[in-house]
Amino acid sequence: MSLLPTRPLTDTSSDGLKAYLKGLPGVDQVGLEARAATLATRSIKNESKIWAIDTAISMVDLTTLEGMDTPGKVKAMCAKALRPDPTDNTCPSVAAVCVYGDLVPTARDAVQNQIHVAAVATAFPSGRASMDVKLMDTKEAVAAGADEIDMVIDRGAFLAGDYAKVFNEIVAIKQACGTAHLKVILETGELKTYDNVRRASWLAMEAGADFIKTSTGKVSPAATLPVTLLMLEAVRDFADKTGTKVGVKAAGGIKTSKDAIKYLVLVNETVGNGWLTPDLFRFGASTLLNDLLQQRQRMRDGHYSGPDYVTID
Amino acid sequence: MTFDYAPAPESRAIVDIDSNYGLFIGGKFVEPKSGEYFKTINPATEEVLSEVAEAGQADVDAAVAAARKAYEKTWSKMSGKDRAKYIFRIARIIQERSRELAVLETLDNGKPIRESRDVDIPLVAAHFFYHAGWADKLEFAGYGPDPKSLGVAAQVIPWNFPLLMLAWKIAPALACGNTVVLKPAETTPLTALAFADICQQADLPPGVVNIITGAGDTGRMLVEHPDVNKVAFTGSTEVGKAIQRAVAGTNKKLTLELGGKAANILFDDAPIDQAIEGIVNGIYFNQGHVCCAGSRLLLQESIAEEALHSLKRRLQTLRLGDPMDKNTDIGAINSQAQLAKIEELTKSGEDEGADRWSPACPIPEKGFWFPPTVFTNVTQAHRIAREEIFGPVLSVLTFRTPEEAVEKANNTPFGLSAGIWTDKGSRILWMASQVRSGIVWANTFNRFDPASPFGGYKESGFGREGGITGLGAYLDAEDKS
Amino acid sequence: MSRVDVRKTHKLFIGGAFPRSESGRTYEVTDANGEFIANVAQASRKDARDAVLAARSAFAKWSTATAYNRGQVLYRIAEVMEGRRDQFITEIEQGEGVSRKKATNQLDTAIDRWVWYAGWADKYAQVLGTSNPVAGPYFNFSIPEPSGVVAAVAPQDQSILGLTSVLAPIIATGNTVIAMPSPVHPIPGITLAECLATSDVPGGVVNLLTGAPAEVMPWLAEHADVNALDLTGIIDVSVAADLEKLAASSVKRVRQPAPDADWHATPGLSRIRSFSEVKTVWHPIGV
Repeated sequence: MSLLPTRPLTDTSSDGLKAYLKGLPGVDQVGLEARAATLATRSIKNESKIWAIDTAISMVDLTTLEGMDTPGKVKAMCAKALRPDPTDNTCPSVAAVCVYGDLVPTARDAVQNQIHVAAVATAFPSGRASMDVKLMDTKEAVAAGADEIDMVIDRGAFLAGDYAKVFNEIVAIKQACGTAHLKVILETGELKTYDNVRRASWLAMEAGADFIKTSTGKVSPAATLPVTLLMLEAVRDFADKTGTKVGVKAAGGIKTSKDAIKYLVLVNETVGNGWLTPDLFRFGASTLLNDLLQQRQRMRDGHYSGPDYVTID
Repeated sequence: MTFDYAPAPESRAIVDIDSNYGLFIGGKFVEPKSGEYFKTINPATEEVLSEVAEAGQADVDAAVAAARKAYEKTWSKMSGKDRAKYIFRIARIIQERSRELAVLETLDNGKPIRESRDVDIPLVAAHFFYHAGWADKLEFAGYGPDPKSLGVAAQVIPWNFPLLMLAWKIAPALACGNTVVLKPAETTPLTALAFADICQQADLPPGVVNIITGAGDTGRMLVEHPDVNKVAFTGSTEVGKAIQRAVAGTNKKLTLELGGKAANILFDDAPIDQAIEGIVNGIYFNQGHVCCAGSRLLLQESIAEEALHSLKRRLQTLRLGDPMDKNTDIGAINSQAQLAKIEELTKSGEDEGADRWSPACPIPEKGFWFPPTVFTNVTQAHRIAREEIFGPVLSVLTFRTPEEAVEKANNTPFGLSAGIWTDKGSRILWMASQVRSGIVWANTFNRFDPASPFGGYKESGFGREGGITGLGAYLDAEDKS
Repeated sequence: MSRVDVRKTHKLFIGGAFPRSESGRTYEVTDANGEFIANVAQASRKDARDAVLAARSAFAKWSTATAYNRGQVLYRIAEVMEGRRDQFITEIEQGEGVSRKKATNQLDTAIDRWVWYAGWADKYAQVLGTSNPVAGPYFNFSIPEPSGVVAAVAPQDQSILGLTSVLAPIIATGNTVIAMPSPVHPIPGITLAECLATSDVPGGVVNLLTGAPAEVMPWLAEHADVNALDLTGIIDVSVAADLEKLAASSVKRVRQPAPDADWHATPGLSRIRSFSEVKTVWHPIGV
């Protein structure tokens, strides 16, 4: 008997998955939230703050996922993604831009090979469409030049206990990705309980996710410190068990540098240094970037900055 | 690329420590008749913080007399409603001055500023706030329609949570209509002296609270004073027994809150990540200087190895160092004397065959420090499983069944607290009903609240502090038959 | 020539804000000699409807705030009132036509009443709740929980002490409230609303509707989203009976009128009990 799964997952039927996932340890809500709150009291100052801000910038997936997105909007965002601070070219570029599938060509053309282009796919954000549609969504985005795919899991199937459906979808989408990296969005705000989040995390990792991602950003609550902490624990344990390192993306609701730094502290004290890289941790954000830039300017110039000193899109 | 946290020191500028302090008697600071003073130091740096008075017999007499006078003339005649308002004032001033008090506590005690700021001081304010509300509601507390106070309370407190232990003693005493003479521990007098200042700011009638500093002799003189009606002591079991002997045959009411050797019991279905946090908090919070510390970890044998792996991994991120740094998790050991005790017992653990482990931990040059330590392959027969170490040292044992866990948990003269980690509600309640300890924490640890009674079974003492039960210690509520 | 003063507009207090009545109506408030003091907003059924929405919306957070937190909020109300002693005393003197000494005594008792209830917030559960020694291997415990949204009528006289005695136990126990101050002496109630707005009371926890209880209370009594009624200030027994009949449509808890209450006397637990529901939980004890 052990606390965490040691034998490999072989039975991927719903029954098999149910048994596997139910064997995972439970999560105590109060304890988890208390631990996240304590880690949030870490005080990050001076040179460690400067480092944290630059690291956070390099981990941003700069995102626009609106019905009213146009090529113009995407091009402007891509320019900012490559050169976030027009007054300071020591500022790192972000990790990726994140757009809807039909705007991938515009994005790829704008960023060339300098940063990643992530596309949301599989009927983002709801995930309510047929498998064929989801596969087509994915394949078109990859063909258009996306090297990362952010898919959503079928929350309806998960909550109804049809774990095999959720699992098989991820496996199929991963295949459709080809060489593109797959981020699996759990939509923790709809999974509601931490036990569900732990199970969905393990299910996604076993199905081949390269990253597990908290949220679409379209549902509240999106990313929170406790839920991200829980997902970091899951990737830690998965790496322990299999040797494979899966990344974590916290998306939605992270607005300030202070918030972002708290997430980096979580990463640092849960999975450690190895994950403090854009290859294994990302922020899905839009307004966060400007706050990071203003804080960066503050650390550089010694006084508080303001919105006039950063660009809109 | 490593994320090293830069130093994040809390500013010391907020405190104003005098070079010396007198005794707080009858509402004023007075020089000790004994003429004696002693130093208090910062255990993280060994720097002298101040000199405080050493109360002798004449000083103890004066303090008790002042408390008696205030009791007879003022406090016992005052309505509960008015007593309440004084105590509310004190609570609010503590909240106002909370940052200053937290810094002072950390400098004098050695505990991390994060703990004094986030745990100690908020609880101090809460204790006064909670008990203030009882002062005019004692008729509802189940002690009869008109419970009376006792008179003068002599209170001796330890060094591990100086201001919090003061709050646990003074708040209920005052709420119930008693006056007090309190002696803080000799290594941590400063927040008690700041509290005296707060009493002045609150315009508390003179003599209701008296603070006399000193060491063991002062404490002995205080509890043995014939004009004291109630003795309350928190400290070591050894001294507790001496006090019980000294008080025997007098009419003084007595409560004791003594040592512990709590079992923290981990079942195979525990929510493991939170359980590991609970274990860490249980023994490394406050450097393990906690009477209710979870100093014995009882692991279900089937998952022992895995749990230890998770525990050791977690211990790697503990930060030991300057208590004034906001990122410090483990502060200084309170004194040279306590450090010597910890070292002696830890050595016995090695000598008796247990396996010792600590994470790599840079130790500062000056000050008193001990790295977080885990002993595995410990059995009940080891000294480190029986004696209270009062330091950041965890002894790990195993069990096979719930009944065995209960047996091992109870197999000790102590009985202060216990921790139970399992996902199964009925097992939590069954274990709670079986362990012989005054406090049971289930899926949590080291939780304190003024509404929640705290105290031990067996040699961990008798009497409770907090809640309705705790009021009883300060009321004359004995039935006449 | 003495200074021309700036006179207050007396409005309703709903959701933490001070709106006029949606009906646009006011009524004249006079002093003990019949002299005009002010026009005060006269609440309509739609104001009552809005107040219930505000109270319901505030209930989730207020009822789940820690008891300690609620106690501190009530204590702060007392702190803010203490700072406005003179204003209250003058308003009581003028409105009720009593001596300054009597007005002061009433105000002192009202402030101390807030402190009294502030001190109950984190204790009454220990007195009203308990673990029950049932005959079986079960852990069984009872705890008091707030009823929900309460509609209350304050006493007609003792304008500030009566209103306090009604409001404080309702909110100390985690309920939210729509209250009607004394219609003839509403002004200290409005000053109290200003105290609530400037202390830490979340908007919507207390809503005060000045006006005619005879007009507004039937709507509140029959409102399906009000959980309890406090008829303390109703003088006419047949009016109280009619309101209770309306309340029966959703089986509201009804606290009866208290025409002869001595507001200066120390309260017991009765009002706390009135607006608490006791929940009892069973859990097996076993390995």
